[in-house]
Amino acid sequence: MATVSFREERCKGCELCITVCPEKIIVLADHFNAMGFHPATVVEMDKCKGCAMCARMCPDVVIEVVKEEKQA
Amino acid sequence: MAKVIFKRPEALTDKQFHYCPGCTHGIIHRLVAEVIDEMGIRDNTVGVCPVGCSVFAYDYFNVDMFQAAHGRAPAVATGIKRTLPDRMVFTYQGDGDLASIGTAEIVHAAARGEKITTIFVNNAVYGMTGGQMAPTTLPGQKTTTTPKGREKDAAGLPVKVSEMLSTLDGAAYIARVSVHDPKHILQAKKAIRKAFEVQQAGLGFALVEVLSTCPTNWGLSPKEALKWLAENMIPYYPLGVYKEPAEVK
Amino acid sequence: MSKVLMKGNEAIGEGAIRAGCRHFFGYPITPQSELPHYLAKRMPEVGGVFLQAESETSSINMVYGAAGAGFRVMTSSSSPGLSLMQEGISYLVGAELPCVIVNVMRGGPGLGNIAPAQSDYFQAVKGGGHGDYKLIVLAPASVQEIIDLMQVAFDLGDKYRTPVMLVGDGILGQMMEPVELADEVTVPEIAAKPWAAGGLQGREKPNIINSLYIVPEDCEELNKKLFAKYDVIAAEETRWEEYRLDDAEIVLTGFGTAARIAKSVVDKARAEGIKAGLIRPITLWPFPSEVYARAAEHAQKFLCIEMSMGQMLEDVRLAVNGKKPVHFYGRSGGMVPLAKDVLAEVKKIMAGGAE
Repeated sequence: MATVSFREERCKGCELCITVCPEKIIVLADHFNAMGFHPATVVEMDKCKGCAMCARMCPDVVIEVVKEEKQA
Repeated sequence: MAKVIFKRPEALTDKQFHYCPGCTHGIIHRLVAEVIDEMGIRDNTVGVCPVGCSVFAYDYFNVDMFQAAHGRAPAVATGIKRTLPDRMVFTYQGDGDLASIGTAEIVHAAARGEKITTIFVNNAVYGMTGGQMAPTTLPGQKTTTTPKGREKDAAGLPVKVSEMLSTLDGAAYIARVSVHDPKHILQAKKAIRKAFEVQQAGLGFALVEVLSTCPTNWGLSPKEALKWLAENMIPYYPLGVYKEPAEVK
Repeated sequence: MSKVLMKGNEAIGEGAIRAGCRHFFGYPITPQSELPHYLAKRMPEVGGVFLQAESETSSINMVYGAAGAGFRVMTSSSSPGLSLMQEGISYLVGAELPCVIVNVMRGGPGLGNIAPAQSDYFQAVKGGGHGDYKLIVLAPASVQEIIDLMQVAFDLGDKYRTPVMLVGDGILGQMMEPVELADEVTVPEIAAKPWAAGGLQGREKPNIINSLYIVPEDCEELNKKLFAKYDVIAAEETRWEEYRLDDAEIVLTGFGTAARIAKSVVDKARAEGIKAGLIRPITLWPFPSEVYARAAEHAQKFLCIEMSMGQMLEDVRLAVNGKKPVHFYGRSGGMVPLAKDVLAEVKKIMAGGAE
């Protein structure tokens, strides 16, 4: 279980994260951010494996990835 | 237990990049910053940024920074490194800056084996000034100064920087990488790390040429630009390590 | 202290070392090459760095790097090389970096020749590179003064965070004269440079060496700041020499080598009953305008002597401000005025014959 968070106000809607997400769970939101872009967002967070491909591909360092680790 | 597996590196300030949507400069900035963090050298690093799209890089790297005149970053870096030999000094330069107006500076920094690291961003076009032909513009590629495509009789052929510099004995590490997908981004980061390690070990001049996109001036969407890079730039500019000292192999 | 016989070009190098400079970046060009030759040997002896760059363009940018890292640094060249350095000088000014730039001037324009000249006066004092700025420009006239002014050059550069230029010519560079030198090289105390970008080293906020002010309001603020600084420099750092000026009816003026010739003509003229005096600017910028204005109260005429077609002449005329006629005698292209010809000019002027 992982959580991806976007600094929405900094997203330029370039969609590069969308192209590399293996689970295809990132979309552009319907609303605009203050810069006038549709920011990227995750629709089904429970499907996220925390691979961080999106974050690695993001040219604006918008994405942070947190993974829940199983208790030992 | 929640574990942060990806976050903004400390070697980047919190300032938002001014780059166009989908421009891969931001990825390359981040990779350099990650390497600085992972090597634990932020306190000891000095960067030199160029003239071109990355002219404001001094606002983004969270280390002491210099803004250099167009093409002169390797000379500025030489001045810093020769006064402070224990600092890690890097230049961040685009293709117009490094491969056109700054050819003398980069060739001679490499020839001297200047112990600096150069991150050379090649996107085959001038960005900031409005999409003009770069020295690395591909044959046939349309730009605002080659409206019918770069034609060799009129505009010559591209400069292959990694190949050229790897002929110099003073150049210790030369690699060409790309950032058009996550796999190549990881490889790019490894090369950037090596280029800093070569400097740290005092082995000589190190340069990583990073193939990058310019969706705005290529007239493509960010996604199409990645594809264009892979299909057009990589065949002309083969990826790989052109020179590597045995010590870091 | 001991007396040592030194060549002007070598004195520039030794003066720099005595002033605490340990970094030299330069590209060979006649007639200043004895200076890099000297420093190539001398810098390693004092633990310094001598680097032969690939061009003057690179030299000045290496200076930019070293100065921005917080070190006393210099470069030297001759006229065509200085033209190549103008870009870098403008950036050094914009980033407010101290350094010393030496120009051993030669005949021009173009490739010109390697003979002594003073025809880069405009380039040195009126800008040279792009943008609104001034350099402190020092013009020694003897080998001892070269040694002394190198210390002044580095001190003023650091004090005002500005590039300083020292100008000479091939005669001064080749001339051998005895100089007073301390027996031991001591490293002078140099004030800390908290603005330098030599790595964080525990500091929290990065230092940035930069001359980019993308917002016009900010760029204008920089220019205002620079010119406020220039006002202070003009008020406090103007240097000149006066010689037999008090009762002079004709004031000869020139700088560097031309001033040495002028000084000898003053004595010759006095011997023939002509009350001549001399004003020798030591700082070409700031220019000692008030001295001329004062002299214009009693002197009848001025004669500006230069190894050019007349460049400092314009500043002399501005300083005299139309109160008295300012005549000119110059040789250019590497030619040097002869004392007898200058004396003849003085006589002609005093007889009312020269324009």
